[in-house]
Amino acid sequence: MKATPTNTSDMRMVLIFSVVVLLMPIWLQPFGAAYPDLMQKFAIFGLFAIGFNILFGQTGYLSFGHAAFIGVGSYATVWVFKGLTMNIFPAILFGTLVSGAFALAIGYVCLRRTGIYFSILTLALAQMSYNLAYSVLTPITNGETGLQLSLDDARVLDDPIKEGGGIPPTNLFGLELQAFDGLAGFYICAAFLILGFYIAMRITRSPFGSMLRGIKTNNNRMMYTGLNTRPYALAAFVISGMYAGLAGSLMAAVDPLAGAERMQWTASGEVVLMTILGGVGTLVGPVLGATVIKYFENIFSAIDKSVLADLYSFLPDGLADVFVTVTGLFVGKGWHLTLGLMFMLVVIFLPGGIMEGVERIRRRFSKQEESN
Amino acid sequence: MDAILLQVLNGLDKGGAYALIALGLTLIFGTLGVVNFAHGALFMLGAFCAVTIREVLTLSVKVKDESVTFFEAFKEVPYLELWLGETGKTIIDWSVPISILFAIPFMLMVGLVMERGLIRHFYRRPHADQILVTFGLAIVIQEIVKAYYGANPIPQPSPELLSGTANVGAFFGLGDNLVYPLWRLVYLGFALVIIAIVFAFLQFTTFGMVVRAGMADRETVQLLGINITKRFSIVFGLAAVVAGLAGLMYTPVLPPDYHMGMDFLVLSFVVVVVGGMGSLPGAVLAGFLLGILQSFASMNEVKQIIPGLDQIIIYLVAMIVLLVRPRGLMGRKGVMED
Amino acid sequence: MTKKSSDLSRRSLLKGTAAATAATAVAPSIFVPNATAAGAFRNDPGNSSTVTLGFNVPQTGAYADEGADELRAFKLAVKHLNGEGDGGMMQTMQPMNLKGNGILGKKVEFVTGDTQTKSDAARASAKRMIEKDGVIMFSGGSSSGVAIAVQSLAQEMGTVFMAGLTHSNDTTGKDRRRYGFRHFFNAHMSGASLAPVLEAEYGRDRQVYHLTADYTWGWSQQESIAKFTKSQAGWNTVADVRTPVGAGDFSQYITPILNSGADVLVLNHYGKDMVNSLTQAIQFGLRDKQVNGKDFQIVVPLFSRLMAQGAGENIKGILGSTAWNWKLSDAGSQAFTKAFGQEYGFPPSQAAHTCYCQTLLYADAVERAGTFNPEQVIRALEDHEFDGMGNGKTLYRGSDHQAFKDVLVVRGNQNPSSQFDLLEVQDIVPRDKVTYSEDTYPGDLGPYKV
Repeated sequence: MKATPTNTSDMRMVLIFSVVVLLMPIWLQPFGAAYPDLMQKFAIFGLFAIGFNILFGQTGYLSFGHAAFIGVGSYATVWVFKGLTMNIFPAILFGTLVSGAFALAIGYVCLRRTGIYFSILTLALAQMSYNLAYSVLTPITNGETGLQLSLDDARVLDDPIKEGGGIPPTNLFGLELQAFDGLAGFYICAAFLILGFYIAMRITRSPFGSMLRGIKTNNNRMMYTGLNTRPYALAAFVISGMYAGLAGSLMAAVDPLAGAERMQWTASGEVVLMTILGGVGTLVGPVLGATVIKYFENIFSAIDKSVLADLYSFLPDGLADVFVTVTGLFVGKGWHLTLGLMFMLVVIFLPGGIMEGVERIRRRFSKQEESN
Repeated sequence: MDAILLQVLNGLDKGGAYALIALGLTLIFGTLGVVNFAHGALFMLGAFCAVTIREVLTLSVKVKDESVTFFEAFKEVPYLELWLGETGKTIIDWSVPISILFAIPFMLMVGLVMERGLIRHFYRRPHADQILVTFGLAIVIQEIVKAYYGANPIPQPSPELLSGTANVGAFFGLGDNLVYPLWRLVYLGFALVIIAIVFAFLQFTTFGMVVRAGMADRETVQLLGINITKRFSIVFGLAAVVAGLAGLMYTPVLPPDYHMGMDFLVLSFVVVVVGGMGSLPGAVLAGFLLGILQSFASMNEVKQIIPGLDQIIIYLVAMIVLLVRPRGLMGRKGVMED
Repeated sequence: MTKKSSDLSRRSLLKGTAAATAATAVAPSIFVPNATAAGAFRNDPGNSSTVTLGFNVPQTGAYADEGADELRAFKLAVKHLNGEGDGGMMQTMQPMNLKGNGILGKKVEFVTGDTQTKSDAARASAKRMIEKDGVIMFSGGSSSGVAIAVQSLAQEMGTVFMAGLTHSNDTTGKDRRRYGFRHFFNAHMSGASLAPVLEAEYGRDRQVYHLTADYTWGWSQQESIAKFTKSQAGWNTVADVRTPVGAGDFSQYITPILNSGADVLVLNHYGKDMVNSLTQAIQFGLRDKQVNGKDFQIVVPLFSRLMAQGAGENIKGILGSTAWNWKLSDAGSQAFTKAFGQEYGFPPSQAAHTCYCQTLLYADAVERAGTFNPEQVIRALEDHEFDGMGNGKTLYRGSDHQAFKDVLVVRGNQNPSSQFDLLEVQDIVPRDKVTYSEDTYPGDLGPYKV
């Protein structure tokens, strides 16, 4: 983090960030990632990670249950689609608010403890919500099958059936998210990502943000000054819960189905990975981490033996086989292994994540320049 | 009455597994002050010791299957059966208990390597970092197992002799209607024996005494000139062995897959928290208690009153305990509060 | 608050549309325009010399064994379509328009995906196939929850989905879709075929305990079996207990059965869940029990050879229904079993059979339609009647996209003649016995054009 970022440098950062995000369909081409579904995921999980970072990066509270808010956001959103309208605006608003309320309740309970107790509490609560969504709450969540739209939904504000039959598509005041081959959906997600990025930046720079960092660096000292830190931590928890809810709502908006799997604790673990990998406490890091992981999940995982064989075809046969077998462990279905190793290396050697790596390289170069 | 006794047995059974994992977890907490998210992976590794040994014992030669005339089919005949006949069959049949012999040194080694190679660098780092790095390690271990054994559960049969049902009813004089799978009783007995061994070891050996002293007050023990660090790494190995054996013996009950460690990990953490961080008797007590509670919550009579209770009971108990009595049932105050 | 956020959102909307319009300026070179123009459709192979199919099967999770077998069948079908191997069922299928030169002269290629037996993952994987890999049709299944989820995606995206193994009534009932087709049989047919056999074997007025996988398929099968055994044999349901998919350890659900007064246990489980629950039910001594003066019985309404293999000894003598078995003696079944057996060294399962058939049926429909345009292909499949693919004469009913064909009632083989001879065919229930009227499970297919 820079020592005293000025307003202009901040604005420049937002601008660069926006340009990079908005031009994704072009610069992602060579990486084979410029298809809407994946780009939407980049934006949505980026948002999720930004929100998570507001809690973990700023206050140091490590939550292992944030995926629950994704789930709540998704379910709430799909219910609006079913009951009210296919316009995503009220649905997303509702989804985000419901997650916020849910985060308030969970946060109120969990923040009574700190350290690993907090982590385990969030883990327990999230896992509990997941189990409930799977069993008793089936009337609301449709359990394993996932909550889906159907033709006999009420949709009181819209026609429940679109012209020519079928379920109407999700739209934003008439602009269908499927339009332009899904690009519309991506740009709506991207707009939220940029907005979320901006808000997170403002929070970080505000006095409220310094307060949160105070909790992280020395909670006791803050307490001794007679300040009750819990409301601040709770506010951060709710904000990050709302980010997660928004991400869940967007997930449902681009693909109107909500499944309980996205609430499982491993999904919560994933956002932890994203944030740490990218750079905890930084603004861009979490988005970067989310992009890297989602890219791995979708592209890296599709590399199979035949692709590798092509890649090593210039080598002599026996050697190529060895290379294919060895690298085959780390790509394709084994991409999780690469992820795990990368993550461990980051935690051990580069606690600031990719962002710290970039910073270190930058510093080394600038030093060289100086000495020259 | 029968129903209740059966549920108690069920609970004790599951509780046995919880208790064994939690025992190791809390031992590591208490001695090294490390939150080990990779402990579930150790449980899973133990289970895969059984899988590996069975694979080795059943190394097979392909013989053409004459009974299939439609196309060329092959039968696999294990070498052991070929060479040793009935004795070979018996050895394969007892593969799960036999693999214990292999699992003990293997898990001990894994534990020592883990502690010396990785964990020890994290004693001074914040708990969050310990959680993160062990979480990463768990993913890595799990993925390596997946790369070798695939993602699907691999059922492990218990020995023929122990796979029948035991007439518990007759034993307690409650009528013939009350039967229970024999292997599950074996597991329960096994868990109790392991727990007893661990406690005896800590209670009656000098080594155990030092470790207990170290758990109570690490600094003083070190001031006395005792090399506590070395002993603690052996403790880590011990915890790994306990988790591994718990997983190994559980394979006939639950076919092991690469993910089983993660599934048990969450529950074991809950058990440790309920029992009290760093309290060994607490972990055992909480393990059995939660096992029984879960098993009772899944009775139809209970579910009629509170539907879904079986799905959440453990978490619910953990929340209440954490909020009302943060130190857990038998924990000391202030352990790892920050 | 509301005002403020609506303000914000209007801004983001403007931003969104502006960006979207900006993007379309550059888009045409990158993205194929929407399927709005007349005759245009998504992923049209056009002049390409190849066409891509997507096979989305569970490679992990409780149904992974079935998924692996489905994948084998798909690969075999692609081989046969491209004119390699002996052609399998292409020798027996009637009517038959395939030429062994791919589909419409285009060589068939395929991509695979892992549904993980989860709706979310399956949809993501299917989306990747449609958006990134440009598949013209996708198939797969093994979980009705997944099948229903991807089937509705198929409708949204306008890509045909030839469902693999999915057995819930909802797939072609309330959740039926114009772009989804099911060749497999369903829970209703299982109930209709099984109930008479159960009555004959186990007698009337039994007390039944259901253990049910907690999702659409489990619910659907429980309902059908309970309905048919009630009306046919007067069986009474004591309890219906829902269990989570992939539970692994079912002991806590099995112990209450012992004292419930039930004398029949119906396991509405599939795949590894069924293997585990059946094994554990037997470990708890259920089959050795006598209740209400009758021998305790276990019924597994949906059976497969793969499950029988997993359950080993425990399966012997247990009754269930199945879509197809490799020991059937008709020419189609034999041709398929031979081709599959030669390729892989063991016979195909019912899951493999349905996936193989679905791939050929789709290809055949494209040949008949003379185009890949899904609208025409769908019309070619609707009310299509065919034969020579096992199960006798089969009708793809146009009003709900359900295939109607003979159903098998099977029993775990007591004296297997080979390592694969695990199920013994007890009864072949003819098609008209299991056919039901199309409004039994009402639903709406939706439009041809999306």
